[in-house]
Amino acid sequence: MPSFEPRIIAFVCNWCTYAGADLTGTSRIKYAPNVRIVRLPCTGRIDFMVLLQALGQGADGVMVSGCHPGDCHYTSGNYHARRRWILFRRLLDFLGVDVRRTCFSWVSAAEGAKWAEVVNEFVASVRVLGPHDDFPKRLGNCGNEWLLAADKANSVGPLAAPAMSVAASDARKTMRGVHSQSVQVEP
Amino acid sequence: MRMGFFPGCSLEGSAREYAESLRAIAPLLEWELEELPDWNCCGATAAHCLNHTLGLALPARILALAESAGLEELLVPCSACYNRLAATRQELQQNVELRPKISQVIEMELAGRTNVVHVINALTRAANNGLATKLKEPFRHKVACYYGCYLTRPLSTASCKRAEDPQEMDDVMRAIGAEPIDWAFKVECCGAGLSVTRVDLVAELSGRIIDDAVQRGAEAIIVACPMCHSNLDLRRGAIQRNRRRRYSIPVLYVTQAVGLALGLDRQALGVHRHFVPVRLPEVSCAARAALTREDVVHGEREL
Amino acid sequence: MARIGVFVCHCGENIASTVDTAEVVCASAQIPGVVLSIDYKYMCSDPGQNLIREAIGDRHLTGVVVAACSPRMHEPTFRRACADAGLNPYRCEMANIREHCSWVHDKSSDATAKAVDLVRMRVEKVKRNCSLFPIKVPVTKSALVIGGGIAGIQASLDIANAGHKVILVERDPSIGGHMAQLSETFPTLDCSQCILTPRMVEVAQNPNITLYTYSEVESLTGFIGNFKVRIRKRARGVDEKLCTGCGVCTQKCTSRKIPSEFNTGLGHRNAMYVPFPQAVPNKPVIDRSRCTYYLKGKCKLCEKICPAKAVRLDQEDQIVEADVGAVVVATGYDVKGADFFPEYGYGKFPDVITGLQFERLASASGPTLGKIKRPSDGKTPETVVFIACAGSRDPAKGIAYCSKICCMYTAKHAMLYRHKVHEGKAYVFYMDIRAGGKMYEEFVRRAIEEDEVRYVRGRVSRVYERNGILVVNGVDTLLGARPLEIEADLVVLASAMVAQKDAESLAQKLRISYDRDRFLSEAHPKLRPVEMNTAGIFVAGACQAPKDIPETVAQASGAASKVIGLFSRDELSREPVVARVGRNAAPLFSSCMGCFLCESACPYQAIEREEIRSRDGSLLKTVARVNEGVCQGCGTCVALCRSKSIDLDGFSHEQVFAELLAV
Repeated sequence: MPSFEPRIIAFVCNWCTYAGADLTGTSRIKYAPNVRIVRLPCTGRIDFMVLLQALGQGADGVMVSGCHPGDCHYTSGNYHARRRWILFRRLLDFLGVDVRRTCFSWVSAAEGAKWAEVVNEFVASVRVLGPHDDFPKRLGNCGNEWLLAADKANSVGPLAAPAMSVAASDARKTMRGVHSQSVQVEP
Repeated sequence: MRMGFFPGCSLEGSAREYAESLRAIAPLLEWELEELPDWNCCGATAAHCLNHTLGLALPARILALAESAGLEELLVPCSACYNRLAATRQELQQNVELRPKISQVIEMELAGRTNVVHVINALTRAANNGLATKLKEPFRHKVACYYGCYLTRPLSTASCKRAEDPQEMDDVMRAIGAEPIDWAFKVECCGAGLSVTRVDLVAELSGRIIDDAVQRGAEAIIVACPMCHSNLDLRRGAIQRNRRRRYSIPVLYVTQAVGLALGLDRQALGVHRHFVPVRLPEVSCAARAALTREDVVHGEREL
Repeated sequence: MARIGVFVCHCGENIASTVDTAEVVCASAQIPGVVLSIDYKYMCSDPGQNLIREAIGDRHLTGVVVAACSPRMHEPTFRRACADAGLNPYRCEMANIREHCSWVHDKSSDATAKAVDLVRMRVEKVKRNCSLFPIKVPVTKSALVIGGGIAGIQASLDIANAGHKVILVERDPSIGGHMAQLSETFPTLDCSQCILTPRMVEVAQNPNITLYTYSEVESLTGFIGNFKVRIRKRARGVDEKLCTGCGVCTQKCTSRKIPSEFNTGLGHRNAMYVPFPQAVPNKPVIDRSRCTYYLKGKCKLCEKICPAKAVRLDQEDQIVEADVGAVVVATGYDVKGADFFPEYGYGKFPDVITGLQFERLASASGPTLGKIKRPSDGKTPETVVFIACAGSRDPAKGIAYCSKICCMYTAKHAMLYRHKVHEGKAYVFYMDIRAGGKMYEEFVRRAIEEDEVRYVRGRVSRVYERNGILVVNGVDTLLGARPLEIEADLVVLASAMVAQKDAESLAQKLRISYDRDRFLSEAHPKLRPVEMNTAGIFVAGACQAPKDIPETVAQASGAASKVIGLFSRDELSREPVVARVGRNAAPLFSSCMGCFLCESACPYQAIEREEIRSRDGSLLKTVARVNEGVCQGCGTCVALCRSKSIDLDGFSHEQVFAELLAV
């Protein structure tokens, strides 16, 4: 069996962490290739559903990274993000998700080396935890029918198939809707 | 009012008259003093300089004794004891991790319920509650209230606020009819523990204090601390040699002044125990102001 | 149906050496909706951009993804190229496969797979991008300047001379501020009023400036380019149009011996007064809290003797409303009083004074006509001790910062004293000497070398009084911490410069930020020193941080230039990445419930309340509305909204989820 490589999704703010990650690149510092960055104007923009969706569709780990407290480009977005994050971890724990699969960090635009460090450390710890299969199976589709409906209304065309683990995408194919028939949870 | 009483080491020895005068005025002020059984030394400056745990444990045991006796307040006459007890109480309140450790050392439980009260604050309370009505012989003299260092430091637990110009003792003296003067040395160092090792420095520092009080016309210096009393009274000889002049101004404990105003006997208040004889002008301030300079019996005497 | 074009850049060898660009091109072509997928060596070059432009035309693209360097590098480049070709620039996104991929990973299938993923994510987002257009906001070309000190005066003159209208509001009866109180200014020893009063007169005479003195700002509403201000003109008791400034009333006023604020309590004024002879406007003011008429109903002498019949004892406060496009806050500073220092006497000793009080003593128009005299007995002091850092740089006193100007003005005071009292001895107790400006160091050396001011490096622990003189206990650290006792006739404290007492309430009124010392917080400490986080409001002078006159004037001109820049167009054009509250048809109108969590979370006060009314005027619901003139596009409100009624153009729910689902 090929060694497991975790798939990590990182939600970062444009002004600090995205720039910090750019600096990592400019400085040619190498780090693990497991992370896919989603660029947002501010960590304050991130809400629960986005993070749940990420975990729900089989991401093995989720990262949120923004400006240091006091440095937010929009003054207070990162404080909101931090507060949400605290609640989110408790919610995740309640739902039965291993909160070690989540990582919240402050990386400024000058901290290229730190970004590499944060990624490498997180990837290493998630690798040890193994693939994240059970939660997606239990959660099923966490509500992207609305997107499909919106796409249809706006004539956007079909959604591309992601390159997630087959097990997760299989699970999604068989379970439609959160309130469907009772789910067998694998021990 | 029922209050725990922690005399502290010096009140058993060199500051015996402080304890005597305090016990004498207590019933008149309706203070029911309950001396803590088996009390120990608070550690003073020595303990907390050498070992942090010891510095906390010694006062903690005292607080625990008070608490187990169900006392809400603990009256503390000595300023250093007060300082250590209040500081320990505060540190244990703020630093929750220390409590079990200290509890283990003293082998007693401690919740920090007992409030530590300095004699000055208790007297302020009495002054606000009808002390004036109990006066038999108002203490009509000009006094210099000397606070020294422990009464105003540290700011968070100090019994007197306004670190450079405290007024608590002054207010108590006013309440018993005295005229406290405004002078420049009320919080200046007297030399403290150097009284044992460097008497020459104490003579210099305490000498300046006495000098300023005398120059501004004080007839007595009032203190609330055994150390202050010792340096200003017991070391008078050294002071006089250092400054090459005689000073006859007496040094009284605030409790003695209050006791005199309440009409108590000088012997009962331990006034005879001082090194500098306590001779106060018989004439009151106002009347004295009307007399000429020669009439005033305020000369310098041979000791 | 979406028609997306994917353009993969090699960036020379920067991308191509690590990522298999051909594979990326192939994989991208498989994505549903992608109609074109090509690569090129340098996409940002002219031929590269041409490829994009042509493709937009030939293949009728509805969206473009350029897989290349960081968008922070070239997003504007490619967006401009798209706009040139007729595609809305906000339908162009970049996939960062250089800084985030080729430069940080080794050549491997993982790196290529990551690049493929990144492109696919961006394609899914772009499929849902909408055309966005810059937002236009109208601009009222009139400025409000709050504060009539040198900062406010300079800013007003600059803006007015550029041809725009200015409203200058000053709380005191006259403009001039603290600079009018100074005797001479360092390092030139120019007479302060001589250089200030011409500017004050210019302000009064400039046709573009409307001056409201003895007035305060009551409220400020609105947003950049469109502010509404309410100004309270307090009742002077005098009709300014009729008053000739003859001064008879102020001389004859019967309520006297009031400590003069202008003379820092060292001199007196009457209840009817002009703060100083060169006041602008030179019209008196009646202090109603001390005037016999207002207190007891008697006197009225001023009314009787005024030759111009200008006294109006029944005058009331007036509210003036105005529309302005920009605000400059120049409210200045205050000085910590001598009674702040317990070790120097708790304000007990009249001969312990602050630096500002010394300025009044030294000033030729001051209470002692420029002679240095002891406030207690009026004698000339023979020994003066100046204590630097009185309060500043002292966290125990609550003031951790350095007040910046004290080293300089202490040297100046010591010099002035020595010039006026030739036999006098001046001591300065200092910690450090901060003389960083032009000719500043030379000025301090002059004080030490030519004027023989004795500088002692050490602090003063105590000042007390003995037999009518002040005893100063200090220490000389350069001589081995030797204690020093000096008998002084006068002690001058270089008291800390602090924010005005009502700085906090004014900042809250204007909704601008301030720091823990109540100085106003600029938008960025290094690169945006005159702007506030609130768009359209600028700051100048000591209200932002302690500074001296040259810096204040420079900052005031800087703020003025920002205002003039703002006014240089009739309309403001803003990036359209802003939040938007969804509106539906009747009867829902909007899924917004009116909880206004967004309103309290927005750091820019960009959310307003909108009332939805039926045809007959009755209120149906109150919903949130984003002011696109102010919104900065952070998206905090979007994440907070419980009903998901608010969305962020450019980073909408659909776009973010699509990007995420494509990972």
